[in-house]
Amino acid sequence: MDFMVFQYPMISVQACLDGILLGILFALIAYGMALQWGVMNIINIAQGDLVILGGYIAYFMYLFGIHPAWGVIVAPIIMYFVGVGLYKLVINKVVDRDLFISILATFGISILFMQLMNFAFGADVVLANSGYGTTFLFDSAVVLPNSKIFSAFVSILFAICLVIYMKKSKLGRAIRATAQNARAAKILGVDTEKVYAATFGINAALCGVAGALISITFTIHPYMGLPYTIRSFMIVIVAGLGNLPGVALSGMGLGVFEEFADYILGTEFRIGAVFLLLVLILVYRRFKLSRKREYLK
Amino acid sequence: MNKNLILYTAILIFGLSAPFILPAFKVQLSILCVLIVLALTWNIQGGEMGYNTFGNILFYGLGMYLCASVQVGMFFPLAEWTESGGEKTFVHTPAQFFQGMAVGLVVAAVIPTIVAGLIGYSILGLRGHYFAICTLGLGVAAGEISGGIEIIGAGQGFTTPPFPDVGGLEARGEFFYLLSFGALVLTFITVRAIYSTRFKLILNAIRDNEDKAEAMGIQTMKYKIIGWMISAFFCGLAGGIMGGLVGYIDSTDVAFDGREMGVFMVLMAILGGKGTLWGPVIGATVFHIFKEGFWTFFLGWQYVALGILIVVIVIYFPEGIMGWLREKYPEKFGEVVDEADRKAQIELK
Repeated sequence: MDFMVFQYPMISVQACLDGILLGILFALIAYGMALQWGVMNIINIAQGDLVILGGYIAYFMYLFGIHPAWGVIVAPIIMYFVGVGLYKLVINKVVDRDLFISILATFGISILFMQLMNFAFGADVVLANSGYGTTFLFDSAVVLPNSKIFSAFVSILFAICLVIYMKKSKLGRAIRATAQNARAAKILGVDTEKVYAATFGINAALCGVAGALISITFTIHPYMGLPYTIRSFMIVIVAGLGNLPGVALSGMGLGVFEEFADYILGTEFRIGAVFLLLVLILVYRRFKLSRKREYLK
Repeated sequence: MNKNLILYTAILIFGLSAPFILPAFKVQLSILCVLIVLALTWNIQGGEMGYNTFGNILFYGLGMYLCASVQVGMFFPLAEWTESGGEKTFVHTPAQFFQGMAVGLVVAAVIPTIVAGLIGYSILGLRGHYFAICTLGLGVAAGEISGGIEIIGAGQGFTTPPFPDVGGLEARGEFFYLLSFGALVLTFITVRAIYSTRFKLILNAIRDNEDKAEAMGIQTMKYKIIGWMISAFFCGLAGGIMGGLVGYIDSTDVAFDGREMGVFMVLMAILGGKGTLWGPVIGATVFHIFKEGFWTFFLGWQYVALGILIVVIVIYFPEGIMGWLREKYPEKFGEVVDEADRKAQIELK
C-alpha cells in the first residue's frame, strides 16, 4: 500500500489525466461492444483479442518502417474483413441462441486467437514507438506522453464519425432498425444477415483502431485480451445499451479508477482490481434491481 | 436396480484395480478422476440449476492453495517455505505428510464451502449472462490477486510438499490415484443421492422458470446457495488433490486457470450432456482421451485445437452425448414414444 497519492496532490492530477485519456480508449472499445450486444444480442469475449490483433497490425507497420500512426487507418480496414469473416464462420450460428452459447463460443475464439497470435508474433511484450515526445504541465509535475493525447483525440474523432454514420447513412438506419426489432426490420426489407455481418465488422474495426492506439501508447501482448473485454463489458453495463455519453463518461471513470488503483494498491493488483470492480458493480446492480422488485429480461 | 448394482460394483472393482492393471497411466487416471469430479459439480450448477458458471475455478484454486498451505504451515513456517522455492530446506516425514494432507483436504473442502455460502447471496441473485460474466470475473480476479500475495509464493509459485520416501514414484502414483478415486466415488454417491430427492426437482424448477418457482413458494435463493455450496465443497476437495498431484502451484497457470480448467469443466459437462447424471462422467472421459491425444500429437497447437473444439462443441453439439443418445433411443430413457405423434412432428419440421 502506498499513499503517495494523498501526500502529493500533483500525482492525483497526473492519475486523473492519465485515467481520462485511457478511459476514452476504453469507451471506444465499449462502444463496439454495446453495438453488437444491442444489435445482435451476443456478448463477445473475443473483443479484447480483436483489440490486440489490431495492435499487432500497427506494430508490424512500425517494424516495416511505416509510422505506426497510419495503423489507425489500416488496422480498421483489415479488422473489418476479419470481423466479417468471423461472423460468416461462427457468429452467425450463435446470434439467435442463448447468450451463454455466444459467451462460450466466443471464449473458444478468444483462446484460438490468443494462441495464433502467440505463434505469429511471439510472447514478448511489444510497443510501437511513435516518437511523439511528451508534454510537461504544471512546472513538469505532470508528464503526459503526446501519444496518449493523440490516441484520445483519434478515438473521439472515430466515435463522432461513427455516430454521424449511424444517424445519417442507410446502413446505419438499417442497423438501428434491426436493433429495435429484427423481425420487423426483416419484414420491411432489411437484409438482417448483412446488417449483422456489417455490425460485427464495424465492431471489429473499432477494436482495430483501439488496438492500434494501444500499441502506440501502451504495450501489447498476445494474452492481454481478456481484461479489455471485461472493461468494455463493465462500461456497457454501467452506462446501459445505447447511452453514448454514458459510455464515454463511465469509460473515463474506469480509467481514473484504474490509475488510482495502480498508485494505491500497486501495479500487480491492477488487473485484479478491474475484475473485482466488475464483480462489485454487478452485485450492486443486483441489489438495486431487487429493491425495485423488477428484473431485466 | 439389480442391474445397476452389478454395474456399480464392476466400475468400483475396475476403478480400484486400474492403477495395477495400467501402471503407466496412473497420473492420467488420477487427473481423469479429478476432471470427472469437476464436471459432476459443474453439472449441479450449470446443468440442473441453469446457472452457467465460470467461477467454480475459484473454489478449485482456493482448495489447492489451502491444502498446500495447511500441509506446510502445520509443521514449518509458511513464508520461509515459499521463500526458498523448490529447495528442500524442510522435509516432511511420512507421518507429517499424511497428517498434513488429511487436515489440508478437510480445510480445502470446508473453507470454499463457507466462501460459497458467504458470497452466494450476492452473486446468485444475478441472472443469465450477468452471472456468467460475474463468475468469470471472480475467477480471474482471484488468480490476479493471489499472484500478488507474498506468503503463498506470489508470481513465482508455490511448491507443494514432495511425497515422502515410502515406495518411490509407484507409491506416489497409487496414493494420489486412490485419493482422487475416493473423491470421485464420494462425489458420485453424493450427486446421485441428490438427484433422487426433491432438491433436484427444485433445482430443475429454478432452471426452467425461476420466477414461477418463487411464486410457487420455493425459497429459490436458499436452494441456489445450497447447490453452490455443494459444488464448492467438491471443487475444493478436487483442487486440494490436484495441487498435491501436480506438485507445483502457480496462481494463473495451475490454480485459478480459467483458460484451461475453468473452461474444461464447462466443456466436459456440455460434451457429455447437461443435466444428466452420467453425462459429465462420459463427457469428461471422452474429453480427457481426446485432449491427451491432442496434447501429445499437436504439441504447441493444443490451444488452437482447444479453441476450435470449444466452438464446434458449443455450436454443433450443445445437447451432448447423452442428449444425442436420448434423441436416438428415447425408449431406453423411459420415455414413452407415440409413433403417430413422432411422425407428425417430423412432418411439421
